[in-house]
Amino acid sequence: MHEIIYALVLFPLLGSVIAGFLGPQIGRAGAHWVTIIGVGVSFVLSCLLFKGIVMDDGATLNFNAYTWVASCSFQFDVGFLIDHLSVTMLVIVTFVSLLVHIYSIGYMHDDPGYQRFFAYISLFTFMMLLLVTGNNFFQLFLGWEGVGLVSYLLISFWFSKNAATSGGLKAFLVNRVGDFGMILGMGAILTFFGTIDFASVFAQAPAVAAHTTFAIFANTPWSVVSIICILLFIGAMGKSAQVPLHIWLPESMEGPTPISALIHAATMVTAGIYMVARLSPLYELSSAALSFILVIGATTALFTGIVGVVQNDIKRVIAYSTLSQLGYMVTALGVSAFSAGVFHLATHAAFKALLFLGAGSVILGMHHEQDMRKMGGLAKYMPITYVTFLIGALSLAAIPPFSGFYSKDAIIEAVHLSTMPGAHYAYFAVVAGAFVTALYTFRAVFMTFHGKPRMDAETKSHLRESPWVVWLPLVILAVPSAILGALWIQPMLFASDPMLGQAITVDPKYDVLKQLGTHFHGVWAMAAHSVVTLPFWFAIAGVAVAWVFYIWKPHWPAKVVKHSRWLHFILIKKYGFDDFNDLVFVRGTKRMANFFYNVCDREIIDNGLVNGSGRLIQSMSLYLKRMQTGYMYHYALAMIIGVLVFLLWQVLIN
Amino acid sequence: MLPIADVLIVTAIVFSLSLVGIVLNRHNLIVLLMCVELMLLAVNTNFVLFAHYLNDTAGEVFVFFILAVAAAEAAIGLAILILIFRHKRTINVDDLDLLKG
Repeated sequence: MHEIIYALVLFPLLGSVIAGFLGPQIGRAGAHWVTIIGVGVSFVLSCLLFKGIVMDDGATLNFNAYTWVASCSFQFDVGFLIDHLSVTMLVIVTFVSLLVHIYSIGYMHDDPGYQRFFAYISLFTFMMLLLVTGNNFFQLFLGWEGVGLVSYLLISFWFSKNAATSGGLKAFLVNRVGDFGMILGMGAILTFFGTIDFASVFAQAPAVAAHTTFAIFANTPWSVVSIICILLFIGAMGKSAQVPLHIWLPESMEGPTPISALIHAATMVTAGIYMVARLSPLYELSSAALSFILVIGATTALFTGIVGVVQNDIKRVIAYSTLSQLGYMVTALGVSAFSAGVFHLATHAAFKALLFLGAGSVILGMHHEQDMRKMGGLAKYMPITYVTFLIGALSLAAIPPFSGFYSKDAIIEAVHLSTMPGAHYAYFAVVAGAFVTALYTFRAVFMTFHGKPRMDAETKSHLRESPWVVWLPLVILAVPSAILGALWIQPMLFASDPMLGQAITVDPKYDVLKQLGTHFHGVWAMAAHSVVTLPFWFAIAGVAVAWVFYIWKPHWPAKVVKHSRWLHFILIKKYGFDDFNDLVFVRGTKRMANFFYNVCDREIIDNGLVNGSGRLIQSMSLYLKRMQTGYMYHYALAMIIGVLVFLLWQVLIN
Repeated sequence: MLPIADVLIVTAIVFSLSLVGIVLNRHNLIVLLMCVELMLLAVNTNFVLFAHYLNDTAGEVFVFFILAVAAAEAAIGLAILILIFRHKRTINVDDLDLLKG
């Protein structure tokens, strides 16, 4: 059993190393074969584990492979925790990763960095597997940083493009801010629990939560668990792109499209969701942290979605929708519906990967044109891409009975039932978000695939469906995008023996999913019942508005913009987060650095201390050198005066 | 018997004169050598004086040594003087600042 897990985790690394270091020897075909086989082995093994552990309800595996660091009282192991949650994640990660590998054969076909690309995505898969299988915080963090690194490498994959390198840098730096919280949280865990092993931390958690407080400011004791949870969640905010650390995700779209699908939609950005779900025994002990998560998630879900409505780059629209959907997942975590969060993570991985890969197929057809204003009417030329993209869009817009409907509706209902502080605001945000989601999604669909073609004749003459390596993953992904929700909602959320098993701990007093389960009468009843619910009509309204504005009356958007210029300005500026950061952090840091450079470094240290001591010696020696006259009688006199002084001194002493 | 203080005063005066001669003399290297001899003589006189008063012959032995060294020194000093003169065509002390390096 252990060998299976080692093989599962290490095969992508092997593929990555071979493709990375032996790229020129094995050639382009060799690079994609070796990595696809590596990830394929992982996928097959993940499915086996899924069968063994989730479907046949096998025992949870928790073992340490070897001791990595042992220092006095602390011990850091490399170990694996294979339970229902991590196996579910393994299947999602390896499935999407495998499809993206295949897709990349077509998408990266003409790229000179072909082998490098495959080495990177395989390395990413390895890191992600390490992240989800780790049985302690240390390994989680290793994977966490590993995926961050590969994300950086892949965003700036086209390193000669300025926007790509700065986008990569931005992603890396913003993630550092989150990691700062993460590291502090891990340090706090090590301090108060004395271990970083998940199982032992969870075992001690209730006792620590009940007794240990910590005063950040004098005389205000805080629950240690709250502090730890919030700090760790700050890490998740960076990785899962929650407000206000969401700013890197839209920039990450400068990377190749398969990367946007794999890393910045389906897997890496969900690492934060996974972490909070994994640590649910800890989070359940702190209602303060849950409220914080809830408010952040709801804010992200609504407000980043609104920005998506004014974007014209097809990838950016999907990027903002990713932000918004991540907000939904985080909101679910905030109301203790961890399973619903993971469920939405799963369906989102499928339909968002599909949408990104579909967008990639469009971009490929349009010869790397990403501006939707220059598209239109593509449905005729790219039928497979169109149909699969439409399935993804319907799923994203939560139209029943597509996957996204089940997961998102579960979240909305869970928020509705929750009594957590902030739940009312969150309910408003997620319901309004349903409208916005449908609006920007179908805006993208209509602008890209319907209406009159707006591209130039040259591009138009070359338009055709992408090669099979590109559309095959789309078709494969369209299947879970359509049916995964209906298949999984019962076992995942409402079964008495839930799919995530014992991995998720929910305090009975927060257990909204259980309440929700009493109203659940099968998937079809849920879909049928949705027509009398608010979110459904909001979603339909979103689609309708998109249709009116982009098909029926295409000149209306310009009119609306004209009449609400300030609103448009705010949205185009993305609420000014970037400008604020630029003004305060970037320029502030630059100004401060300039101050330190000019005043502290150049004036005080260089001019004052270094050159100053030199100058002092020089001016002193100007005087001292006059003493050396070369006249013997001067020396004689000096000697005699010296002798006299010594004599005098001796006389005075005695 | 001369009082010891009187003799000491005389030798101190001789020593001081020679010192002044060394420091103030700016022209003639020979004067400088003479002053050095005079200094040694003042010191010798002191040695003899103390040897006599303390009834210790060690002081008189020192005088012999010093006289021998002084003789040698005078010989070498004059030789150096001649060489300097040959070399620089002057024995003016103010021009001899070779020790400056």
